[in-house]
Amino acid sequence: MDLKIVYILWLRQLKRYLRSRSRIVGSLGQPLLFLVALGFGFGPIYEKAGGENYLQFLAPGVIAMSVLFTATFAGIEVIWDRQFGFLKETLVAPVSRLDIMIGRTLGGATVAVLQGIIVLLITLILGFRPVSIALLPMALVFMTLIGIFFTALGTAIASRLENMQGFHLIMNFLIMPMFFLSGALFPLEGIPPSLALITKLDPLTYGVDGLRGTLINQSHLGISTDLIVLVVLTGLILWLGSYMFSKIQA
Amino acid sequence: MIQVKNLTKKFDDLVAVNNISFEIAKGEIFAFLGPNGAGKSTTIQILTTLLQPTSGTVILDGEDPVKSPAKVRQSFGIVFQDPSVDDELTAWENMEFHGVLYGVPKKLRRERIDEMLKFVELQDRKDNLVKEFSGGMKRRLEIARGLLHHPKVIFLDEPTLGLDPQTRNHIWGYLQHLNKTEGTTIFFTTHYMEEAERVAQRVAVIDHGKIIARGTPAELKQQAGTDSLEATFIDLTGNDIRTEEAGPMDRLRSQRRMWKK
Repeated sequence: MDLKIVYILWLRQLKRYLRSRSRIVGSLGQPLLFLVALGFGFGPIYEKAGGENYLQFLAPGVIAMSVLFTATFAGIEVIWDRQFGFLKETLVAPVSRLDIMIGRTLGGATVAVLQGIIVLLITLILGFRPVSIALLPMALVFMTLIGIFFTALGTAIASRLENMQGFHLIMNFLIMPMFFLSGALFPLEGIPPSLALITKLDPLTYGVDGLRGTLINQSHLGISTDLIVLVVLTGLILWLGSYMFSKIQA
Repeated sequence: MIQVKNLTKKFDDLVAVNNISFEIAKGEIFAFLGPNGAGKSTTIQILTTLLQPTSGTVILDGEDPVKSPAKVRQSFGIVFQDPSVDDELTAWENMEFHGVLYGVPKKLRRERIDEMLKFVELQDRKDNLVKEFSGGMKRRLEIARGLLHHPKVIFLDEPTLGLDPQTRNHIWGYLQHLNKTEGTTIFFTTHYMEEAERVAQRVAVIDHGKIIARGTPAELKQQAGTDSLEATFIDLTGNDIRTEEAGPMDRLRSQRRMWKK
């Protein structure tokens, strides 16, 4: 692996992100809406049903959501690069496609984690309180894994798409279901068995559960299970993404 | 330097390149001419590892782009027909990115970037984002970038499209200089026939996927009995105006029009 290549591709993703201030601010709207509308709206009902503070419960889910969306977008950006021609520039260069893929993915994941940290800061303003400062680095690990997983997934899908038209299909039939079925919005305790099965098949479930374990000490599956499953899945998707990306024809 | 043998490329039922063969010697300046949609860009894409041939063999600097694409990518540079610079980066960053990808050592890279940006007169705009550039400026940046790493073979797919005569002369002067001093092989396409006539040592004319004429510009003119390469070209390829399929950018533009409605 050539670190210089990985670095320059990482740097490119980061520069593009930091330069699009409107995109950063714009993508904060959705998590903010979820926190305010659901967090405060469902709060009283959640407490009546025997729960504690719903905002406390919801915040890790919303943080996971912003990492998920930012990472997927970063992966899917391959399509823009194809349409604006820049992809060719990287594909004819004498570097391995694996290095290109890794650099892009790390860049996308970094951007996604940054976005997740911004959302974490917003939740703090709204009243969210993590239970343990010592576990915060571990929360960052989970954000990073979610970031890498979904950037690689986005890249793998985008390698097969020629234009943005398939994009809505992916958002509506893959990314949104993954988010809503991950337990980001509701507790996994006591849900119907069929739904429980679906949530177990959803990679994001382990990310959300891991974040909840580290931020509010409420893990349903156990932090170590979350970590192992996510690491294995991330490894698999990186391999798949690299394979798909290496087969790209411009 | 380049050997192409019985090369064919089909897209579904369209035969873009139909059983063509040619050779280009080391240090040669070779013009590949033909109307729109004749198969020029497809041939370049196969030579530069971006497309797989349907049949036939291609050898570039002793290596096969299908079997060892990584080795082939070491030996060429390319200026694409469509834009391929990153709009969200500055001119300098685009150059730096390219230099790193091609493994040009840092000190040499920085020197060459300065030199090339000066050469295409973008030195004072080097820290501007490329999206603020005009079409001609982007074109100049692409050329500067393609020449940054001094490859053995340079492919230029309509490099001078949309540039004024001063800039064209300026760029060809540099390419000829590179060809003389470093023995760089140059493979280019163009619609400006006087350009091909002036700089190309050898020319091949392709139409409907087949090579229909080849030789030095003088030989071709003599065979056709015309006094300019442009007349020869029209004589060879006829007066029909060709249509080309919409590329990704055209589709994107039509999508954008749809959104606006």
